[in-house]
Amino acid sequence: MRGSLAHELGDALLDSVIKPGDDLWIRVDTAAWADAARVARDILDCRYISFLSAIDWKPSPWGRGEDDPTEPPPERSTEIVQGVAGGITRFQVFARVHSPSTHLGVTLKADIPDDDLRIASWVPIYAGADWHEREAWEMFGIEFVGHPHLAHIYLPGDFEGHPLRKDFPLIARMVKPWPGIVDVEPLPAGDDDEGEGDTAGEAS
Amino acid sequence: MTAVADRRQLSYIAAQAADARVHVELETEDMTLNIGPQHPATHGTLRIIAKLDGEQVVWADPVMGYMHRGYEKLTEVRTFPQVTTLINRIDWLGSFANEVPFILAAEKLMEIEAPPRAQWIRTLLFELSRIANVTLFLGDMGVQLGALTPVFYAFRDREYVLNLIESVTGGRFHPNFDRIGGLKDDLPKGFIDETKSVMKKIRAFCDEMDELLVGNEIFQNRTRGIGVIPREVGLSYGLSGANIRASGVDWDLRRDSDVPMAWKHLDWKVWTHPDGDSFARYWVRLQEVREACSMVDQLLDGLPSGPIMAKVPRIIKVPAGEAWVSTENPLGEMGYYVVSKGDLGPFRVKIRSASFSNISITPWLLKGVYVPDVITILASLYFILGDIDR
Repeated sequence: MRGSLAHELGDALLDSVIKPGDDLWIRVDTAAWADAARVARDILDCRYISFLSAIDWKPSPWGRGEDDPTEPPPERSTEIVQGVAGGITRFQVFARVHSPSTHLGVTLKADIPDDDLRIASWVPIYAGADWHEREAWEMFGIEFVGHPHLAHIYLPGDFEGHPLRKDFPLIARMVKPWPGIVDVEPLPAGDDDEGEGDTAGEAS
Repeated sequence: MTAVADRRQLSYIAAQAADARVHVELETEDMTLNIGPQHPATHGTLRIIAKLDGEQVVWADPVMGYMHRGYEKLTEVRTFPQVTTLINRIDWLGSFANEVPFILAAEKLMEIEAPPRAQWIRTLLFELSRIANVTLFLGDMGVQLGALTPVFYAFRDREYVLNLIESVTGGRFHPNFDRIGGLKDDLPKGFIDETKSVMKKIRAFCDEMDELLVGNEIFQNRTRGIGVIPREVGLSYGLSGANIRASGVDWDLRRDSDVPMAWKHLDWKVWTHPDGDSFARYWVRLQEVREACSMVDQLLDGLPSGPIMAKVPRIIKVPAGEAWVSTENPLGEMGYYVVSKGDLGPFRVKIRSASFSNISITPWLLKGVYVPDVITILASLYFILGDIDR
């Protein structure tokens, strides 16, 4: 599969990761995003679109929102580290397509330039990408060029901001501290030192 | 769409629609009809704006988000074991099935696998939630078409299945029972005999539905040839589950994907139907409930002994990486794309819920149908609002 993608896309295929018998990730050039979809559908027979979404690789400035409000906020890394198949930008779109006949699927990724949050729409290729792109548009603020009707899908029409961006605060955690901070249960001895008494695991 | 979010316009459209309902015979212009957000036929808060020409829909657009809870954002401030509590509430009729793909994705990243007994019990509860979920559809479809009896039977018999799930997990709708590495508890005493007798009842229920609805001439007239989805269109919209199998695509993730569950040890069949209409979707689901009953029986007979929990650390940290796991849930393909950075909680979780894609075909499908068929088609696509809005 990777071979035929590489053959069709040429230089546009930037990186790929294969886990034998399990999964395949392909990262393509931003400009080749729509071409990659066409190749996946026509050559690889991946006629089924599972999902399309985006990811913000910037770490959240608030961590998991469990800081003690009485203490100064801890230092957090602001380094952007991309995941499988690499990348160079803060935002990436990724999508999963699948072939119902060969039962093989591929996760496609593409970088979104930081200064120009735009990428080609998949709607002409996969009709089902329509709603997924509307969701990614309102949640991340990525514009899909060629989408017939980019409108809010979940949020109210006059909503401002892009909730799934990491720098969009989760207000519920801001106005009321996480109760786990208050009633700290001591961790069992012998475990690693991480976590602020968060015992919701087997204990709950 | 942005225009309709305006309150004044909303009330204007609503008034116009109400007006038009009265004078429908006299109207010659296009009319806008709001179905929902609270309408019995939408079972939840899905709203459909339909433009009508006489009795025919010329344009339809679903509006959702009335119940959007932002689970993808919330998972980012939870630890891995806490996430199951959230995702339980996505498809609330088949809750246990929601937990499984997420747990499997986390296990995949940690490179652990649940012991065989846990895998079998997981599969067992998975199929029980499928029965509880789809049973309700089988009855509900009748109500949407004006046959009131089936839904009472459905609620009656679903109760037995919920009791079973409750006896194992303690929760009827939100079990929160699946753990990374296995399960919270083993099966209770007497569960096997009880389940077998319930499966007999569910089989009898399926036969009843066969006679009451499938063999009913009115039901057939209302569903056959209504809302036909060609297979290629269905695939390009991302339809999955029984909806796409009713269009003749022989694809079931229980058989075709390689997840560590017990389905591969069972003897069962994937049902498909060539027609792709509302009747086919009902028929396929009916067969699937029967198949699930047989699976449950086989699972009970072959249940291996052993531990139900693999060795996992007390504080669960998932190694950095990305994993995609999807399973064949009652509503279709449900999957989680989990991105971990080696922390206590996930960095990003993309939730792929079946109903969201299944219902995205409605603008295409509702074009040109008659108003009563809108209800048939929506009912036969079978969605759960929580699964659309997440």
